[in-house]
Amino acid sequence: MNGPFQPGTAVVAAESRFAVPGMHCAGCISKIEHGLNARAGVHAARVNFTSKQVSIAHDPEISEADLGEAIRSLGFEPTLIADSDAATDENSAMRELLRALAVAGFAAMNVMLLSVSVWSGADGATRELFHWISALIALPAIAYAGRPFYRSAWGALRHGRTNMDVPIAIGVTITAAMSLHETIVGGEHAYFESALMLLFFLLAGRALDAMMRRKVGDGVSALARQSAPGALVIDADGKSQWRKSAELEPGMIMQLAAGERLAADGVIVSGESAIDASLLTGESAAQPVAPGEQVFAGTLNIGAPITVEVTAAADETALADIGRLMATAGQSKSRYVRIADRGARLYAPVVHALAALTFVGWMVAGADWHQAMLISVAVLIITCPCALGLAVPVAQVVATGALMKRGILVKHESALERLAEADRVVFDKTGTLTLDRPVPDNLDTLDSEQKSVALALARTSRHPLASSLRRALEDEGVRAAEIDSAEERAGQGVFASYRGRAVSLAKPDIAQSAPAVALTIGDTPDIIIRFADALRPAAAPMVSAMDSLGLPGSILSGDTADAIRPVAKTLGLTAQASARPDEKCEALERLRRAGDHVLMVGDGLNDGPALASAHVSMAPGSASDVGQNAADLVFLGDSLAPLPAAVRVARRTMAIVRQNFGLAIVYNVLAVPLAIAGFVTPLVAAVAMSLSSLIVIGNSLRLRSAQ
Amino acid sequence: MTGLAILIPVAIGLGLAGLAAFFWALSDDQFDDPDGAATRILTDEEDEL
Repeated sequence: MNGPFQPGTAVVAAESRFAVPGMHCAGCISKIEHGLNARAGVHAARVNFTSKQVSIAHDPEISEADLGEAIRSLGFEPTLIADSDAATDENSAMRELLRALAVAGFAAMNVMLLSVSVWSGADGATRELFHWISALIALPAIAYAGRPFYRSAWGALRHGRTNMDVPIAIGVTITAAMSLHETIVGGEHAYFESALMLLFFLLAGRALDAMMRRKVGDGVSALARQSAPGALVIDADGKSQWRKSAELEPGMIMQLAAGERLAADGVIVSGESAIDASLLTGESAAQPVAPGEQVFAGTLNIGAPITVEVTAAADETALADIGRLMATAGQSKSRYVRIADRGARLYAPVVHALAALTFVGWMVAGADWHQAMLISVAVLIITCPCALGLAVPVAQVVATGALMKRGILVKHESALERLAEADRVVFDKTGTLTLDRPVPDNLDTLDSEQKSVALALARTSRHPLASSLRRALEDEGVRAAEIDSAEERAGQGVFASYRGRAVSLAKPDIAQSAPAVALTIGDTPDIIIRFADALRPAAAPMVSAMDSLGLPGSILSGDTADAIRPVAKTLGLTAQASARPDEKCEALERLRRAGDHVLMVGDGLNDGPALASAHVSMAPGSASDVGQNAADLVFLGDSLAPLPAAVRVARRTMAIVRQNFGLAIVYNVLAVPLAIAGFVTPLVAAVAMSLSSLIVIGNSLRLRSAQ
Repeated sequence: MTGLAILIPVAIGLGLAGLAAFFWALSDDQFDDPDGAATRILTDEEDEL
């Protein structure tokens, strides 16, 4: 069914993956695949419809931005997905679980077939034969399918700890050994099918859990990619030499061309330029800088060439500080104990104690050891943590699927649990509440000729304001005018001629309060096109919906108070301005100590530590690599409407999980006394086990229609 | 009893065949994109525009 996919044959190909949530039919698949395959340099494009992704094998020369633009031109909104090695590890772990699950399922079915004939009255030689065949199937199958449990149990025991897998491994081993003994002595009851069914249900839970587990936040390695590999250093004789970042030392003089990223923190010695510090502050508008001013590693010089004296390099830079902050902030999250594990901690000792007590009790009551052993094995089987093992993963997988259909990706295994506990929400401003792209504000003042000239000029430049103008005009359906001899002058604008008249799209002569460009056509006066950072769609309804869910919001931004005020006012939120990454972490820490469970919503590198340290975090699909990696959930698209939806689904999921636990407890309360009393035959055990698992699964499937 | 001698190996053999088929399908990436496989059957591969 899945057609052939030849990743770039002999040629070395780069691979990029994009999430394309907008695809919804067979037509979309072929449109994207054919559209991309038709482009030069693309070796193969393959859509995965289930995960709404497209993976593209392409020439390394083609940039990811170009591919994104190509998908956009096909009419879909793509989001670049950071690649990871962790994903392939997850994949192979997943496959091992599925193989074990298949073996357990196959063996359980065949042994069950034989057991049913035993239960329906086969005796004598037939029963013995059937028990032997069962043993032949079951023992290798248990050895194979039980490996994930044995390995984990052994690992825990070796370190003097115990986990959920220890009782499972012991239970399965004792059951199998007891049944083998029964088979050899020609006894009446063998529990092979129970042991296999137990493994089957538990493996099903594990496999679902593995599906849930996405790449766990590894923002620190993504951070390293943001810093420049090195810089051109001028020594005392005036000779310049390329030095790697690690070799830079305070006191060295770096020379930076326009468009280069700084490799170290420093002070400008000469040259005036503009710096894009969005990586650190989240503010996208370029800051003008002059000699004597401080600039930071990881920021982008977008104006003119400058020379910088290094003040801090390598591990001392502000960027490296963020990396360390994130590493420490992430530790608290890894200490979070998931609800299933909390349950297992209570459950395992109780089960073991019950089985041991049953054995002792029957011995005291005068039964022989053989009978006492059989009954305590029945207790072990009947109290099997099937429902516990299935309750959480089934509910979470169903909820994750429902969320994915709405464009919310769950990235962390305990994200839903933590999201359900959130009782406060903190937003970053730029890129989170706003789109973080300048949108032209006054296009309606232009006539159609001016628009078509503006579009033609904007197309020749890659400047952010030009791209934004181009996108806005293309969306209006404007057709570009024919212009000649277009020329882009760095730091000034684009200049060309149109029907014999000089036209330009350039920096305005008079300073503007907001980002703006001046459109000049011939001798007519300049037309100033102003840009503003627009709020994301559904921002206001989202804030009030969160409020009614019991999550009052506030803004925590690296921006200046002046930049935040209009947004805070429109949305009716309180705000803390000019917060550096470490201050954001401190603010969240204060809230945590006050007993709040904070949901942090942010996107930039400067939010990375805050996203990692918050109780739970979300990032938009447009976020930086670091932001996406550090966040527990990622929502795709521009709208903020998914936020309250995610909270509602998370809460409903946890309600279902608690119901599942309740059902498991009710089942145990009914069945355990029967087992202790010695009434549980293999038949009863098999029926009880399947029934409790089916009820838990059925209950969890109700989440499919989660609103 | 002679019937059993034939039927039990046949039953187990068929089960093993199914298991082998599943192992093959798993290693052949057949489960990577189930929804896509369902929709792809509707695309007309010959008629590329």
